[in-house]
Formats: sequence, C-alpha cells, structure tokens
Amino acid sequence: MEINTKGVEHIGSELKSEKFKLLFRRFLFNKLAVVGTVIVILLCLFSIVGPFMTKYGPLDIDPMNRLQPPSADHWFGTDNFGRDLFSRVVHGGRVSLVVGFSAALLTAIIGMIIGLYSSYYRILDHVLMRICDGLIAFPDILLAIAITAILGPNPFNVVIAITIVKVPAMARIVRSAALVVKEQTYIEALKAQGASSWRIIWVHMAPNTISPFLVQMTYVFALSIILEAGLSFLGAGVPAPNPSWGNILYDGKAVIFRAWWMTLFPSIFITLAVLGLNLLGDGLRDLLDPHTSKANKKLK
Amino acid sequence: MLETRMEQEQLQSTTPILRVKNLKKHYPITGLFGRAVGHLKAVDGVEFDLYEKKTMGLVGESGCGKSTTGRTILRLVEPTEGEAIYKGKDIFKLKGKDLQAIRKDIQMIFQDPHSSLNPKQRIGHAIVETMKIHRIGSHKERIERAKELLLKVGIREDQFDRYPHEFSGGQRQRIGIARALAANPKIVICDEPVSALDVSIQSQVINLLKDIQENFNLTYLFISHDLSVVRYMSDYIGVMYLGQLVEKAPTDELFSHPLHPYTQALLSAIPLPNPKRKRERIIIKGDIPSPINPPSGCVFHTRCPYSTKRCEQERPVMKKQTTDHFVACHLHD
Repeated sequence: MEINTKGVEHIGSELKSEKFKLLFRRFLFNKLAVVGTVIVILLCLFSIVGPFMTKYGPLDIDPMNRLQPPSADHWFGTDNFGRDLFSRVVHGGRVSLVVGFSAALLTAIIGMIIGLYSSYYRILDHVLMRICDGLIAFPDILLAIAITAILGPNPFNVVIAITIVKVPAMARIVRSAALVVKEQTYIEALKAQGASSWRIIWVHMAPNTISPFLVQMTYVFALSIILEAGLSFLGAGVPAPNPSWGNILYDGKAVIFRAWWMTLFPSIFITLAVLGLNLLGDGLRDLLDPHTSKANKKLK
Repeated sequence: MLETRMEQEQLQSTTPILRVKNLKKHYPITGLFGRAVGHLKAVDGVEFDLYEKKTMGLVGESGCGKSTTGRTILRLVEPTEGEAIYKGKDIFKLKGKDLQAIRKDIQMIFQDPHSSLNPKQRIGHAIVETMKIHRIGSHKERIERAKELLLKVGIREDQFDRYPHEFSGGQRQRIGIARALAANPKIVICDEPVSALDVSIQSQVINLLKDIQENFNLTYLFISHDLSVVRYMSDYIGVMYLGQLVEKAPTDELFSHPLHPYTQALLSAIPLPNPKRKRERIIIKGDIPSPINPPSGCVFHTRCPYSTKRCEQERPVMKKQTTDHFVACHLHD
C-alpha cells in the first residue's frame, strides 16, 4: 500500500491533500474511467444547454416537414409529425437522465437502509431478504411494467417502478459488505462500550460500506436509463407526446426504413449514457478497491 | 515465600469487586431442521473473583474458553447460565441503562490491533466517541482529555487527527488502551492484548498496562496463553482447560507448587533461558478433546498421566488446598 506510508511525517491536512492528489493521479491513469466521466459530463451538459441551441420546441408539430433527413436546419432531421428530432432528443435526454438519476438515488438510499439493518438484525434479515428474493425472481422489465400499469404511466411512477425493481440487488450488495464490517473487532469494541445500534450502524458501518455502494449506484444509474427507455418504448413509461429516448425509438420503429435517423440518434444517446456510466462505475471500483487496481501496481 | 503468604492474606481480607459464579456458555449445535443435537460447551461452570487493583490472569490453550469467559462478562456473548455480581447486581440480568452503566465501568482491550479501530475514523475521534457514548464532559473537555490520554499512552498530540492505518501495531494497541481508559473504568478485561505484537513491542505494552493500572487504580482480568506474560502481569492466576477452571492460585504459589497435572505439564513447557539447566518435561499425550462431547468425569482424564477410574466417572470440584490455592483434581482430595 503505497499511499499508506507516503507522507506520514507531514501534518494532517497536508497528508490529506497528498492522499487526494494520489487518488486523482490513479484516476487519471485509468483512461477508460476518464473517458466514461467525460461522456457522462458531456451528456449532462448537452441536456442542460441543448434546448437553447435550437429554435424548435420538442412538441412543435410541422406536418409540412414530416420525416425530413438531417439538415442544417433540423440537425437530427424531423419525425413523423414534423417535430424537430434534435429538440426531442435533448428534452428526452433531460427526462431520461433525471429519471435515471432519481431512481438510482432513491434505490441507493432505500437499499442502504435495508442492507444495513438486515445485516445488523438477524430476524429482520430473514424477513427482508426473503422479500428481496421474491422481487429478484421476477424479470426486471416485467415487474416494472406491472408496477407502472398499476400506478399509471408518468415519469414519477417510472422512478418508483425502477426503484422497486433495483432495490433488492442494492440491498444485497450493501448487506454483504456490511456483514464483513460487522465482524470486525471495532464493532465489537463499540458494543462493549455500550454504543447505540444507531451509532454503530450509521456512524461506523455505513462509511465502511460506501465503496461498493457508490460503484453499484453508478451501475443502477445506467440500468435505470435502459429500463426507462424500455418502459417508454413499450408505452409503460413516459407517455406521448412528451419525449424520452425510449418513446422516440418507439415512434421511429414504424418508419425505420424510411427515416433511419429517428432510430439512430436516440439509440446513440442511450448507448453513450450507459457506456459512460459503466466505464465510470468500473473506474470507481478500481479506484476505491486497491486490491483490483491495475493502475496502483503500475504507479509503483 | 513470606511475601506470598502476605499476598494471600491480603487477597482473603479484601472483598471482591466482581464475583463470577458458575458461568456457563453452551452453544447449541443444530442438526436437520434446526433441532438441537448437542451442545458445544465453550465455558462450563467457571468461578472466580476479581479483587480491586489486582490482576487476575487466565491461561489455557487456545479454544479452552478464556476469551468467551471475558466476553460474557461484558455481555458481548450472552451466557447460558451463571452470575456475575458487580456492585451488588448481577450483570447477566441487567438491561438498558443499567447495562450501559456496567459497560462504562468495565472496558475491554482487544487482541487484534488492526481491526479494533475503525479504519475510517480519526484516532482522536475514537477516544472522544467513548466519552460521548457515556456522556462524559463537554465537547471541548472531551478533546482535551482525549489528547491527554493519548499522551499518557505515548501518542503525540499532533497525531490526534491521523487514521489508524498510519500507525504501527503497537501504537494501535496503545490507542485501544487509551480508548478503554476514556470511560474511566474500574475493571479492564485484556483479551490477549499483546499476542498479536512483536516481542520487542510486547514488553512496552505490558509495562504500559502496569503503569496505567497504578495510575488509574484498575482491576485487570488478563487473558493470555503466554505463561511468562501472565506471570509478569498477574497477582493470581486461573488455569483453564476445556471450558473449566482447573486450578486457581496466587502467581508465585502456582509457579512454585503447581498441583493440577495439567498445570504441571503447562509449566514444564516454558522454555528455560539457560540451556545447561535441564528440567523434566511432562509431555501430555493426545489432542485436546472436542468441547462438543467433553469427556465424562474430569475433563482432563483422557490425557492425564495419573488418571484413575474415579477420574473417569466423577467430576472433581474446586477444593481449597492452602489459603487461596484451589484445585479441581481427585489427587488432592
């Protein structure tokens, strides 16, 4: 462990900044992770700034210019109602990213709570994990469709559906990390001192499960985007005419041989978003877990 | 010899600060469908007293139940049976706030210094936290006192904000000691505090423990498998074998007149510094039996060189031999 011994003679704050610099260097060394981060940042910027780059709104129908190929005026062409595809992809990106991120965040919070408490209390563990097993047994997309079918298709309910689908995996990952932490002597030492279970769980166990948790969160983000696109494609997600990457694809499906751009552009963005997030997740995993880090070895 | 006598009388005259009576910890072994098929008798009827400002050593092979004994006293492991009387109350029956109060008075020092500190917590905060849990002082006072305690165990003030991985094993053990002291305990259970350390560091930590005992008027329960360490630390010693206490005596008395065959064998295994002096080694045969189905009668009879028929059938009880020297063996009835 290079970082552990480096700079022991410095005072605290210097040491911290040094450690941070080293982490940052390790991160830069991992080229794929940097690529992933850049893609994710660009996509976020794109969906923030994008709407101001075009004069067309995502819902402006122009029947005279249906299915126009990409041109200087309509960068990504137009769809079967003559709506500007660039504007729709940009606005759809906003929906997809916000839905994906909200779902990932909600999944992370609920998964963390379930995972930590079920690792701590044995009886609760049996109950919660059996429920999780039950949820995992259903195919993701099927369960999500069922939930949105009950709740009604709108972005908010899509977030809830994705969260319910993704929480079990998150809870299991946090739980398995927490079970390892729970066996450490310092948890026993805290119990011996009479620390409350709240303190043990949130002050001591939670920070020590954070790395697998963060990594899983980026994956859930990526998977949520796919799931949201899938739901919207099947008509169970963001309802028309509001754009989302999924339902633009659905609209494009009918005219795929006449207007390839309607399928191509949203697909590219979905692919980019998922690829970027997965690369970022892999990078984070390598960074936070020194055992698997190739970069660490090479830096030595 | 005279000193030993005096020490013995001293022991008898003071009332114990903690009395442990008939302590048992049996782990059920479950078979198919969760039915109990048997019991693993980790601790089986251990009795001892702790006296104020004295150190009791607890020795025995690994797996004989020494650590479990220490852990049950703090209720880290729930005992199956028994009593532990502290300040007129049975620790094993306490709940909530009363148990919390006990956990302030009785602290523990752990074996492995690498996992006994939270790697994500600054060491100073670990000590402050102990005071926070027990509501000792204001925030400022806590930090002040934590620094003071760290200084006492030999950790510099500017190391207050460091993380555990920046310290060596010996230093970490010192931090663990400071953390135990932060609660102002009366009794400290030292569970193999030096066995994970280098020999050169061991002596430093042992001497630190001795100094601290004097400064803070502590009572120690010192658990170890290292006889020479226990001899140096303890005022009196209990010898454990397979979950039972087989002999209990003041340190000098035990080392000069070991009565139980197991103790005799243990003591003969201590290497002598002088290679020319030869001692008769008592080598006990066989392995330590499984605590799942311990031998009938005296647990040691399977390996005892003096074993008789009676030993196989009847379990010996602790009997007083001389003042403060107790032994559970039919040879000394």
